[in-house]
Amino acid sequence: MPHDSEGHSSHDHHHSPQAIRAEALESLLIEKGILVASAVDAVISRYAERVGPLNGARVVARAWSDPDFKRWLLADGSAAIAQFNLDGGQVEKLVVVENTPTVHNVVVCTLCSCYPWAVMGMPPTWYKDPAYRSRIVREPRVLLAEMGLVLDDDIHINVWDSSAEIRYMVLPQQPPETVGETESVLAERVSRDVMIGVAR
Amino acid sequence: MVDNMALIGVGAPPMANGELLFEAPWQGRAFGMARALCEAEMFSWDEFRELLIDNIAIWEQQHNEALYPYYEIFLQTLAMLLANKDLCADTELFAREAEFVARPHGHDH
Repeated sequence: MPHDSEGHSSHDHHHSPQAIRAEALESLLIEKGILVASAVDAVISRYAERVGPLNGARVVARAWSDPDFKRWLLADGSAAIAQFNLDGGQVEKLVVVENTPTVHNVVVCTLCSCYPWAVMGMPPTWYKDPAYRSRIVREPRVLLAEMGLVLDDDIHINVWDSSAEIRYMVLPQQPPETVGETESVLAERVSRDVMIGVAR
Repeated sequence: MVDNMALIGVGAPPMANGELLFEAPWQGRAFGMARALCEAEMFSWDEFRELLIDNIAIWEQQHNEALYPYYEIFLQTLAMLLANKDLCADTELFAREAEFVARPHGHDH
């Protein structure tokens, strides 16, 4: 179910010695005035914007082109994406949730920043922002509108809370004008924001 | 000038499907820190890359594995370069790590 009792029991993956080292180094450099956190964020978003076709976009394009694959993807995301040979070695379960004319899905990690790296690449910096993580649960319609996605009142919003064990990805609706296009053309239409659910 | 910092060739970060491949958030932070410090002219990218390549070679001599842990060596190199330049001593880093390890579980981050 959206945002209820998903276990957040094993968040220890964020506390690896390397993660601690990176965090410790960044905090020291900021204190010393050698580095500002926003400069690190700026580098990350600059590279995030400069990405090639995302793996997730290829998965969405396949689902739009192949109804059998789409059924499989929605039934068992992890198994369905295995054929894409994605790097990243993720072991978490991937659950794909489908947008329909009356349902919109959006993904968050309320506790930290769990995110399907192998499928979607780098998370945008706002994904970690405490304001996004709390407000998308409390007032999704308002926050999405502020982020540029105004949803009609009759569209139901499901908020999916990621965890160390389960990662979510949104399967957007196919734009009607793209029916019949090749998968590579379709993949170009799929943005990261759409797969997180802050765009449609 | 910044965009000319090569991300290809020896010592380049792992890429997949045209994008940088990070397997965990700390890897992105490590990459972001190194690039940001370089843009702030704390060191040059070539300087960083040469030390990185040396450290990868040392790791490969010490291990029999085909794949080296790129970002682990990347982060080690960054700490080493900052220590060499007297910007951040190892002792300070170890002390801060110990502090963070001792944090109560479930803190926000």
